Amino acid sequence: MNDDINITQMETPELLELIQDDLYEGLADEVAASVNELLAREMTPYEVLNQGLVAGMDIVGADFRDGILFVPEVLMAAKAMKAGMAILRPLLVETGAPQMGTLVIGTVKGDIHDIGKNLVSMMMEGAGFNVINLGINTNVDAFLEAIREHKPEILGMSAMLTTTMPYMAVVIEALEQEGLREQLLVLVGGAPLNDAFAEEIRADAYCRDAAVGVETAKKMLAIKRGQLN
Amino acid sequence: MPTIQDLLEKKDYVITDGAMGTLLFSAGLEQGDPPEIWNLKHPERVAEVHQVYLEAGSQIILTNTFGGSRLRLALHNAESQAAAANQAAAQILRKVADQSSQEVIVAGDMGPTGEILAPYGELAFQDAKEVFKEQAAALIAGGVDLIWIETMSDLEEVRAAVEGTREVSSDIPIVTTMTFDTHGRTMMGVTPEQAFETLSGFGATALGGNCGNGPEEIIEVITKMRTFDQDSILVAKANAGIPELVQGKAVYRASPETMADYAIQSYKAGARVIGACCGSTPDHIAAITKALSNFSKQ
Repeated sequence: MNDDINITQMETPELLELIQDDLYEGLADEVAASVNELLAREMTPYEVLNQGLVAGMDIVGADFRDGILFVPEVLMAAKAMKAGMAILRPLLVETGAPQMGTLVIGTVKGDIHDIGKNLVSMMMEGAGFNVINLGINTNVDAFLEAIREHKPEILGMSAMLTTTMPYMAVVIEALEQEGLREQLLVLVGGAPLNDAFAEEIRADAYCRDAAVGVETAKKMLAIKRGQLN
Repeated sequence: MPTIQDLLEKKDYVITDGAMGTLLFSAGLEQGDPPEIWNLKHPERVAEVHQVYLEAGSQIILTNTFGGSRLRLALHNAESQAAAANQAAAQILRKVADQSSQEVIVAGDMGPTGEILAPYGELAFQDAKEVFKEQAAALIAGGVDLIWIETMSDLEEVRAAVEGTREVSSDIPIVTTMTFDTHGRTMMGVTPEQAFETLSGFGATALGGNCGNGPEEIIEVITKMRTFDQDSILVAKANAGIPELVQGKAVYRASPETMADYAIQSYKAGARVIGACCGSTPDHIAAITKALSNFSKQ
């Protein structure tokens, strides 16, 4: 749709807006082209990430939450985001810019439901996080091993059944015993959960859907890193 | 063997069964294990669940194969047993139906693969079709009367399931229902209206909604679908609500009485194949059976 737009002629603020529109439309090639153009204008990779890609995905996330966009549109936007990230990630590492972070996520032991959990994975990847997806029926040892290996900032746990959600408490207790709890944000989700349950098991937050999950992860990480109050 | 149309000629509604997993757990299924493997390991316990639903009034009963596709079983490293587990499931239910004096339709259940089809996800359409073809072939070999495709959110995945089935049998009846649990649409954004048009186009014998956030949601779906035409057979198979924690204990909001009321509402909205999904028990189905029977006598 951008055949008649010459991005080299556009002002930088306009181009940042264009990236957001193209993300919303799920146009991977166009997003990548704009990222390259902005980098050529000597914007830092971190600025392009935050003012372009992250800002764009915020709009996608909000419209998903509000029922304006649905999963197909969000996944196409996430793919476009990944096309941009593929360019930015090595540069971000090189320049020592802060990373979005790493998420280890799994459906807890006893539970074989994974659609919601996979959706969270895809949207978190789309938001620029590095995601380690442990799959279904994940026991406490598998969670601990992955946390030791990947040193994530965030642990996500999912359960669809009332009979399996208590296992989240088992994992959190193990984290406490192993001295791993403090370094992690623990986010939980799944149909039968609610805020009260998250509080009861000492998780950091319950996330109603994938969009809320991404939003919560970003906000709580920023607070933890002292970027917000 | 009767068809849905045969049953509807005798009485203008047909009752399906309710949840399977809940009952298998109380029969000893370990949380996290695939229920479908019990078709091979404990066929008598699966048959017992079918039997109690039959006694509660179910006229259409679904095989224990919701997660029986190769892709779901692969999550348990059991994909090599996919064909055997599906065929056994059909045989178990066939036997229960044949031994009953009641007329029962044996429905071969196929749920979603759990993966998202390209271009949004990674699963190629052709691969999805092959997966469903294998499952449908095993169910049909085991003697099912129809194929029941449910809890779908993506029309393309339904198409893969229908086309996969059609490669095995050109004429077996197919019922398809989707789950409208996201702002009135499916997770993939399909409206009831779009679902109705597309599923009718696939030649579905009956179509409608199942699972989701509880009874009210399905009545809305049936009402929307009914505005299209008066002839299609619509299916309502709601969850018994979403489980909620009340003082640390999980409870399903919808009691048998609530589900009985939902069954009447669904009937009034135009559904003619009525049953229940997650969280329901034979008690819910018995309540639905009684309520619809009383209602139709009025």
